[in-house]
Amino acid sequence: MADQKTLGERLAEHGVSRRAFVKYASWLGSLMALPPATSRAMAAELAKAKRQSVIWLSFQECTGCTEAITRSKGPTLEDLIFDFISLDYHHTLQAVSGEAIEEARHAAMKENKGKYVVIVDGSVPMKDGGIYSTTAGHSNYDTLMETVKDAFAVISVGTCAAFGGIPKANPNPTGAVSIGDLVKDKPVINIPGCPPIPEAMTGTVAYLLSFGKVPELDHLGRPKAFFGENIHDRCYRRPFYERGQFARGFDDEGARNGWCLYEVGCKGPTTYNACATMKWNGGVSFPIQSGHGCLGCSEPDFWDKGGFYVPLSASIGPTAKLVGGAALAGAVAGVAAAAVARHRKSSLNKG
Amino acid sequence: MDLLDFARGPAINVAMAVMVFGVLWRLFAILFLGKAPDRTVPRMGTPGPLGAALREIARRMVPHPTFAFAERFSFFNGWVFHVGLAVVVFGFRPHVLFIKNLTGLSWPTLPSGVVYVVGAITLVSLAAALVRRLTNPVQRFISGLDDYFSWVVTILPVITGLVAVGHVGARYETLLAIHILSIAVLLIWLPFGKLFHAFLVFVSRGTTGAFLARRGV
Repeated sequence: MADQKTLGERLAEHGVSRRAFVKYASWLGSLMALPPATSRAMAAELAKAKRQSVIWLSFQECTGCTEAITRSKGPTLEDLIFDFISLDYHHTLQAVSGEAIEEARHAAMKENKGKYVVIVDGSVPMKDGGIYSTTAGHSNYDTLMETVKDAFAVISVGTCAAFGGIPKANPNPTGAVSIGDLVKDKPVINIPGCPPIPEAMTGTVAYLLSFGKVPELDHLGRPKAFFGENIHDRCYRRPFYERGQFARGFDDEGARNGWCLYEVGCKGPTTYNACATMKWNGGVSFPIQSGHGCLGCSEPDFWDKGGFYVPLSASIGPTAKLVGGAALAGAVAGVAAAAVARHRKSSLNKG
Repeated sequence: MDLLDFARGPAINVAMAVMVFGVLWRLFAILFLGKAPDRTVPRMGTPGPLGAALREIARRMVPHPTFAFAERFSFFNGWVFHVGLAVVVFGFRPHVLFIKNLTGLSWPTLPSGVVYVVGAITLVSLAAALVRRLTNPVQRFISGLDDYFSWVVTILPVITGLVAVGHVGARYETLLAIHILSIAVLLIWLPFGKLFHAFLVFVSRGTTGAFLARRGV
């Protein structure tokens, strides 16, 4: 855990020149919409940064977030920064197990009290005493609250940690909640996505290392630098939306011509993420570019928004049953009203 | 449940149910009311009831020559916002998708940019209709709460729709939710106020035409 080398020295060991590092800091700075002077300060501070202790807790999740980060196109500077942090506890990546790793977590918490960062992926089950997910005999809730007690900040990686995600989807059998629902006395940074973009996570960690503070967040606790704009506004298919050219299936003329995917349920207009600008796998592509509409995975409750293939302008819920019932009731009420009126008229004529 | 989920779910569903209930209730109540048998002998050479009804519907699409000049603004402006509303509702793809999701019916639509322009023209036309109502002594005299409220619930979806596509003032999902909620208010009011003319206009004109034709008018 103890490593006195700075990030600059570690990168130099990996053959990364100072020039390349400054370029990376400038790129990161521009990505996060920082002023040029701040980007230079970021480069300087990042180079001087000491190894950051990170405790990574995995709760109700699929390990997709870890997969996305560790399998990102490499080797890149993001990987090296990820390597640079002292990952003191991580179920998927740790070599040891059992009591030894729990001791390592406690040791990291004690040694870096008030300075370590807790990264969480997965939601926390609260139903039935939280028995649906445990580690080392402790519920996720107990582990989380014990670990974050002396943390500097908490980063919720992935939509499950940030908003409850798929475990929280209806009917939410485990009573899953997000990290932000439980941790109220520490800064909680949400980096949602299913999985999140690796650069959004490493960028946020780099910001924390450089400035020792939380980046500017939106109303859902997401760094504005990565979640400040909706996908629709930055989508390369946007011109087709304006022209009224839509794919109506996944194998029609519109799909083959790369037209807008709004009609097949794309949630780009209501989803805030950097997919359309940063893309995935080293900027190769993103879901819409691959021909599938955005699922809105970086938004709360994306699983329960009425269906991935239902257009945003369509109603959701039991519309047909409700309207059908109303039609029947209206017709009966109308006929009854007419019958009553005719009866009255007939009575008046007789009278 | 966020505001957009509420708007796309319970709000619009209940609004549609109220609209369908109200429309069928009023229509059936009128259509099944029946009428006293007309014992008069039809004038010779007059068209049958259906032909007379269609003729009257067509004739009332334009004002009578006697009133053409006096009614030129109402005639022209009325056509502009009615056609504008039809183009916006039935020519914009997201709107058609709403209908398609409910009924399975779909048709070709216009480029979004064209609909935005038509929407803006409709907005101006509706505003002009209100100015006319407020400044014309006769119209102001015969206008009641129903007229003004019907105007408000008609123009609100146009305003909120244009604001939503322009992303003006708030996040898109909030603007879209407000737009859908404004439509919900319109749907709920539609069967119970003067907006019900959307369903009765041709029925009443046709009935009048058939009635008068029998008397040679």
